[in-house]
Amino acid sequence: MSEERILLAHGSGGKLSHDLVEQLFLKHFDNPVLLQLEDSAVVDIPPAGASTLGPVALQPRIAFSTDSYVISPLVFPGGDIGKLAVCGTVNDIAMSGARPLWLSAGFIIEEGLLLDDLEQIVASMAATAAGAGVQIVTGDTKVVDRGSADKLFINTAGVGTVPPGVAISGDRAQPGDTILLSGTIGDHGMTIMTQREGLQFASPLESDCAPLNGLVADLLDALPPGSLRSLRDPTRGGLATALNELATRARAGIEIDETSLPVREAVRAACELLGLDPLFVANEGKLVAIVAPEAADLALATLRAHRYGQESTIIGRVVETHPGRVVLQTSLGARRIVDMLVGEQLPRIC
Amino acid sequence: MKYVDEFRDPALARKLLSRIEGRSRRPIRLMEFCGGHTHAIMRYGLRSLLPPTVDLRSGPGCPVCVTANADLDRAIALSQVPDLILTTFGDMIRVPGSRESLQDAKAGGADVRLVYSTLDALQIARKNPARPVVFLGVGFETTAPTIAAAILQAQAEGLENFSVLSLHKLTPPATRAILDSGEIALDGIIGPGHVTTIIGADAWEFLPSEYGIPVAVAGFEPLDILRAVADLVDMIEDKEPAVSNSYARSVSQQGNPTAMEVMGRAFEGSPADWRGMGIVPASGLAIRSELEQFDADCLYDVDPGPTKEHRGCRCGDVLRGTVTPPECPLFAKACTPVRPIGPCMVSAEGACAAYYQFGQDVPS
Repeated sequence: MSEERILLAHGSGGKLSHDLVEQLFLKHFDNPVLLQLEDSAVVDIPPAGASTLGPVALQPRIAFSTDSYVISPLVFPGGDIGKLAVCGTVNDIAMSGARPLWLSAGFIIEEGLLLDDLEQIVASMAATAAGAGVQIVTGDTKVVDRGSADKLFINTAGVGTVPPGVAISGDRAQPGDTILLSGTIGDHGMTIMTQREGLQFASPLESDCAPLNGLVADLLDALPPGSLRSLRDPTRGGLATALNELATRARAGIEIDETSLPVREAVRAACELLGLDPLFVANEGKLVAIVAPEAADLALATLRAHRYGQESTIIGRVVETHPGRVVLQTSLGARRIVDMLVGEQLPRIC
Repeated sequence: MKYVDEFRDPALARKLLSRIEGRSRRPIRLMEFCGGHTHAIMRYGLRSLLPPTVDLRSGPGCPVCVTANADLDRAIALSQVPDLILTTFGDMIRVPGSRESLQDAKAGGADVRLVYSTLDALQIARKNPARPVVFLGVGFETTAPTIAAAILQAQAEGLENFSVLSLHKLTPPATRAILDSGEIALDGIIGPGHVTTIIGADAWEFLPSEYGIPVAVAGFEPLDILRAVADLVDMIEDKEPAVSNSYARSVSQQGNPTAMEVMGRAFEGSPADWRGMGIVPASGLAIRSELEQFDADCLYDVDPGPTKEHRGCRCGDVLRGTVTPPECPLFAKACTPVRPIGPCMVSAEGACAAYYQFGQDVPS
């Protein structure tokens, strides 16, 4: 009998989380859709009466995703657990190129939570959903004994439709493609970190929590068909982990330039103070886009024209060498491998 | 944080590198005492930028790493005391002891809490007056004063449920122990910047005067380290060993007398058990006997069980600089940051973690 237990690091979004998914969940939930390991599942809807789940022409494809939110504190500069729960699932769906339409919301509430606090969060969810153009169409509420949950946990699931002709996934990136990032990194994770008990230093940090479906729709509208290859939102595990996932899925190498990575001064200062690397710190309103090289300038201009992409930059490219690995050129000109997040940088940040 | 950029300026780095290249003739081996230095060296890829004549070796400057298994087992046994809250800095929680880590103990029900400052530990003690709160005191001269201050604060407040398991260690005696062993020939030492901020650059005078080797006290930015290497190369080539202070924005000759005074009020010198070096005389800090009500070692009689070392793990050798991390047979195979076997793979200051995270060969 194994004595191995679940550790907090299993939920970090880094290597242990990946091991848990691959060695336990995939072992039991093995199917071709899940095996894609994308932010959302893209499935074909079988026509009524069909006996098999096969690809069917002229039926819209559906993107489907779910995520749970256990963040502490519930309210933080730049957002709250409700806004995060809407944005997170909207973004997971948008990363497949789909247009998010409907969300579900499940609330696990600890006995004793103030009704006013709950209402504030629910109102924030409604406002965020309206802003993102999605509807919360089904839900569930459970209340557990004091101590069995920490104030409030929210699960959201979402459904969206993939426009005809759109095919975006990690394995479509090719050597030569350009990698763009839609803005500064580390804002969300460092905001939460500095808000947590014991780290009450004043700082102008604010979470970047935002719905990115508009940004993705603009990219799809602007770029020639097929030139937008892959999208990821670098949440838990940060940009480093997202790039590693992309390199693995694409079976190609990724090269990035340290000096090109936008990091807000306050985030950098907080990271220096705590010994953290912004490459591994969570974001909740950023995306990584891999595009065909000839579409890079247009993609950059499109991202920058959107309110959630004003600080977009080109951060690197996909290469043929070192498949599956991410190589960073340091500010001093040396080159080194950037691995996924190992262990845990921040507890419960999403 | 513009302040930091000045110490990461690529043009200045190139200048220092060409100064080093121009001066360095004979092959030399330098030891960076601090794990923080090892991390900066690897993170910025400095090893690959330095000329082949300069070999950098990581030293014992990772407090988590040098904590012996016997001490770690004691901390884990403490965490099993009913109602006890064990507070610790983050890295300690993942280090495997003889049988398990504090993280495993936590998952098994022990109340182990991460704190960022001893002030947080005091706060936990104030909020839980009915429960004993122990702070796991691991660190060098850098952290010892803050922990001393926490003990004195607890005394002033009459905070009776707070105590410290003091596993603090002192850096000059460890440096002596490495040099005295004669196991590794060193031509110079990159001195620990944060430690020396407390103890003062004068504390390293024994290196040139007794051992004839130069020391350059360095900060933790790439230019700080390159400047220290350049100073060391100059002193070695000129055969004029001395203490150079390339971290003058933080380090003075005398150090921080207030911090030293606070440390002296709470602690007294004691032998300490170092991973890889065993018991080194006068290299630790024990809580003074008049403060024994804050000394977890006196308060709790726990049985840590027999000490076991993991076969094959060469952390002890890595900490003495006799091997580099990739020379350990477990490195990046059985021992990775996900499933670390030795502490050097766990800690943010551990040499193995630095080599693993930043030092993997870049395929061309």
